[in-house]
Amino acid sequence: MTTAESFALQLSREEKKRRIYGVLIAMGCFYLLFKAFVIAEDMNSGSFIKGMSQFLDYPADILKDTVAPDANWFAKFRSYIPAMIETINMAAIGTLIGGIFAVLFAFVSTRNIQVWPPLIPVARRMMDTMRAFPELIIALFLIFVLGTSPVPAIVAIILHTTGALGKLFSEVNENIDRGPLEGLQSTGANWLQRMRFGVLPQVSSNYLSYALLRFEINIRASAILGFVGAGGIGTELRKAIGWSQGADISALFVLLFLTIIVIDQLSSVLRRKIIGQDLKTGKLT
Amino acid sequence: MSPAAASDMVAIRSRYADLIKHSRRQSVLPIALIFAALVYIAYAMHVFEVPKLIENLRVDRGVILATDSFAHKYHIVKRFKTGEIEVSLEGTRGQEFEGSYPEWVQVDSQGFDVDMGDGVTATVKGNVVEFVVPGIPPLVVEATKDGVLFSGDLPEWAKYSPRKFEARPSLFKRIQVTKTKVEVHRYFAGWENFFFDFGHPLNGKAFTEVAATAFSSERIFPDQSNWQSIWNGIWHNKEWQHKDVFRALLETVIMALLGTVVASVIALPLAFIASSNFNRNFVSRMFIRRCFDFLRGIDTLIWSLIFIRAFGLGPLTGIMAIVFTMVGELGKLYSEAIENIDEHQVEGVKSTGASNAQNYAFGVLPQIMPVFISQTLYYLESNTRSATVIGALGAGGIGLMLVQTIQTSKDWENTLYLIVLTLLVVILMDVISGWLRRRLL
Repeated sequence: MTTAESFALQLSREEKKRRIYGVLIAMGCFYLLFKAFVIAEDMNSGSFIKGMSQFLDYPADILKDTVAPDANWFAKFRSYIPAMIETINMAAIGTLIGGIFAVLFAFVSTRNIQVWPPLIPVARRMMDTMRAFPELIIALFLIFVLGTSPVPAIVAIILHTTGALGKLFSEVNENIDRGPLEGLQSTGANWLQRMRFGVLPQVSSNYLSYALLRFEINIRASAILGFVGAGGIGTELRKAIGWSQGADISALFVLLFLTIIVIDQLSSVLRRKIIGQDLKTGKLT
Repeated sequence: MSPAAASDMVAIRSRYADLIKHSRRQSVLPIALIFAALVYIAYAMHVFEVPKLIENLRVDRGVILATDSFAHKYHIVKRFKTGEIEVSLEGTRGQEFEGSYPEWVQVDSQGFDVDMGDGVTATVKGNVVEFVVPGIPPLVVEATKDGVLFSGDLPEWAKYSPRKFEARPSLFKRIQVTKTKVEVHRYFAGWENFFFDFGHPLNGKAFTEVAATAFSSERIFPDQSNWQSIWNGIWHNKEWQHKDVFRALLETVIMALLGTVVASVIALPLAFIASSNFNRNFVSRMFIRRCFDFLRGIDTLIWSLIFIRAFGLGPLTGIMAIVFTMVGELGKLYSEAIENIDEHQVEGVKSTGASNAQNYAFGVLPQIMPVFISQTLYYLESNTRSATVIGALGAGGIGLMLVQTIQTSKDWENTLYLIVLTLLVVILMDVISGWLRRRLL
């Protein structure tokens, strides 16, 4: 046997081994998933097969109520618009204030801007903590202290937004071109002027587009927070579902769906305009 | 370098006039934006009635909650009418001390004597309560049938009215006298009964004692070995419910894990149909894309509400809600990745005479694998957080447990415990997914 042949043989053996390992790992994963499904099925109060057959019952019920002659659907739809506006307002103010805090945190936690170096790790850990808290937990706690009102939800959104946007903003800051900064320094500009004319023009478009993306996410979040008593469309939805008022439920679903779509579209148009091209966003939470 | 003369400045200014001149838009826009933001914040403060809320803010309630979340307290109560004295933990039923009290509590037929630490003592004799705090004369309060009698100077941390005398010299010491009873609270930092509940024989024992018990041959419960009874004592703790908590955590993790994995497996083939370079059929492509938009747009919230009706409470509901949203979300991302692949590699594989399946396996999949893995892992962490939220809406798991403990507001240390666990799980998922991403890519 020549060296080449033995080498080829060894290679094919290696290949076979790799394939067997691959299959074994895949089977192991599949078994684990199946096991997890069985556990989930076991913990659930209803079963999967039965649930599947009932899946369309609830939408059908809602639809039946919606098309009923006395449903008065459009009047209901209109009557829920103020609640939707409240939810949008909650998301907007949360994004705005959270965004302002995020800018401050981002400037403090960025190495090449040098506000005060010892503060960098502190600011970063603070942002990590704010990001890790699910909004719901903060909102529930604050609702208990402050009573039911939209403000707890807004505070929760502000905290989470500060953490999430702050991280993205500081990544934007890390990637700036230092040329303008050095140029400004040579003219004797002070720190504020350097930030205003050297950094802000470079980062503002990215900031805005991230903030818009966050706004979309926050609308969903504030709708969910309404469910635990923070007001807005979520509270109305919980009431309607509690009373099984099909027409109201469908009106609220449609309103929420339309709002989310319209705002998604608006913000993607705006974002494209701001950075001049489609932004590949990846993940944002 | 010498500063430029005034005449030079004028010359420079006129030479580069179009560069130096600020457009009006450039100078006004930032100020206008800041102004608009301020106006909007003011409007929102008005709409959401923030000033009124700040007025009604119960700071003391918050402080008590915060204290309760990391401390526990002993109640020592004497009822004047019957003369009965009760020493208990947190004042709850089933946690009363019988006969053997903590060593800082002395009980006699007349009343009790409590050493509250830092030289503060409370002595009850008959209907008279003497409260001694270092630095000021003792406060003497007498409970009569008509009300509470107190004379003397009142320190700022005490409140007195004929109906009630209340003093709290520090956060961890509190005394309250009404005409029917006197109640003394002493707080200790830490979570009480975290391992063994109140009735358990090992309750209050130090770690070394428990370890010694584990190795001793003398059995605590005759029907099981000491290791077993220690484990059962911790696992079936009635107050902290470790067993239920971990079951709930498992539920949440299963929701996130199964939801993400199943969604990514469903989304991958659909993404091929939705990408223009693999599917030339316009109708089917657009149909799948609109399906993705629909699934994404409806939102996890609404999906979970629909599935609760079909599947009932439990992780299945959460899994299905996550799967439906994630198929839309991941399908869109995957199809974008498929559209962006390099055709050369595919052509190269084709030119070797590879079959269709081989073409996919060696030409296409290796290119989209990084996106597939990294996006799926990214969403694993965010879905853990969504699973908590879906759970709170009624699907079960740690989210539901958290909502229940907060709403019943029985014990804030339980709430803090659950919050810490939830955070740990989210962070753990983040760490694991980050580690896997680095290993696999």
